[in-house]
Amino acid sequence: MAKRSAPEVNAGSMADIAFLLLIFFLVTTTIETDSGLNRKLPPMEEVIDPPIIRQKNIFTVVVNKNNQLLIEEELKDISDVRSLAIEFLDNGGGTGEDSCDYCQGKKNPSSSDNPDKAIISLKNDRETSYKVYIAVQNELVAAYNELRNREYLRLNPMSGMNFVQANSRYADPRTSPAEKEKLKPQLNIVKLMYPQKLSEAEPNKN
Amino acid sequence: MSKFKKKKGGDLPAISTASLPDIVFMLLFFFMVATVMRDSTLMVNNSLPAADQVQKLDKKDRVMYIYAGKPSSRYEDKYGSTARIQLNDKFAVVEEVGAFVLAERAAKRQELQNVLTTALKVDGDTKMGLVSDIKQELRKVNALKLNYTTRIGDYTQNIN
Repeated sequence: MAKRSAPEVNAGSMADIAFLLLIFFLVTTTIETDSGLNRKLPPMEEVIDPPIIRQKNIFTVVVNKNNQLLIEEELKDISDVRSLAIEFLDNGGGTGEDSCDYCQGKKNPSSSDNPDKAIISLKNDRETSYKVYIAVQNELVAAYNELRNREYLRLNPMSGMNFVQANSRYADPRTSPAEKEKLKPQLNIVKLMYPQKLSEAEPNKN
Repeated sequence: MSKFKKKKGGDLPAISTASLPDIVFMLLFFFMVATVMRDSTLMVNNSLPAADQVQKLDKKDRVMYIYAGKPSSRYEDKYGSTARIQLNDKFAVVEEVGAFVLAERAAKRQELQNVLTTALKVDGDTKMGLVSDIKQELRKVNALKLNYTTRIGDYTQNIN
């Protein structure tokens, strides 16, 4: 009997198998980058001697259990939040050492003195929907961002980016340390001009 | 004419596909390495609300995740349909959040322990009561950096 060499195994289908695996991984991969609204909670310890804040420096936003919005004692729509908050923050009604030289608001004496003193107070009910709460938060952050963008562009007209872009560039790990060093003071100046003072009261129980 | 006659009248030799598997395997390995598998399976509904003033979350090793929402349909008959918190792979009550944060913090490297962010992945239809309770618990353990994880989109999508 003639000796026969073993036939070579056909490897033509290897590609098909590899393709199957490849397609599986392609489909299941979610290169997800999470993003969201960054906030900071107040520390737990009670302030023994809370500073006295004048009513005109507080911008109250209340969201009730039916997701209705009460801004400064008036029923408003969510689409109004941003413009009202900007108007309040940028008012600059103070005089003397409280005056604000970069504010472009109406200088209404019955609204906030300057952005450093202006506090936004957000109050919600336990029955408020999270979606609406996030929408309000988003609009309040948008108000700050809009003002900060304006000032950043005014102070750094050559940079070619606004505050939000500069900030995300600063946070990006791929940005070189030299550029970060350059961005940091520019960002801090604008942050100090419009500090985010957003206070959240503990929700009503009912 | 015979000069131009093809020698055997045969076709072009077939292009060898022997290296095709190698190329595909290369791609395969790339995707296998780049894939980040979700470390915990979601047991709650998690359609995040939309926002457009978002900032990117920190690197993954500096973030701990807290999920909340209604139990998904698979778990509905067992756990009911009120919104619950999910920590790692199991449902939890509000009081467990503090212990979870401390455990997560202890598991991180020393230099990261102070820069941790808590990402709240909360379903849009949840009531704020639960979220406030979580926030209170976080304050108790001094985990003050918070991120409300959202989808990127216009806020009007949240109102219906």
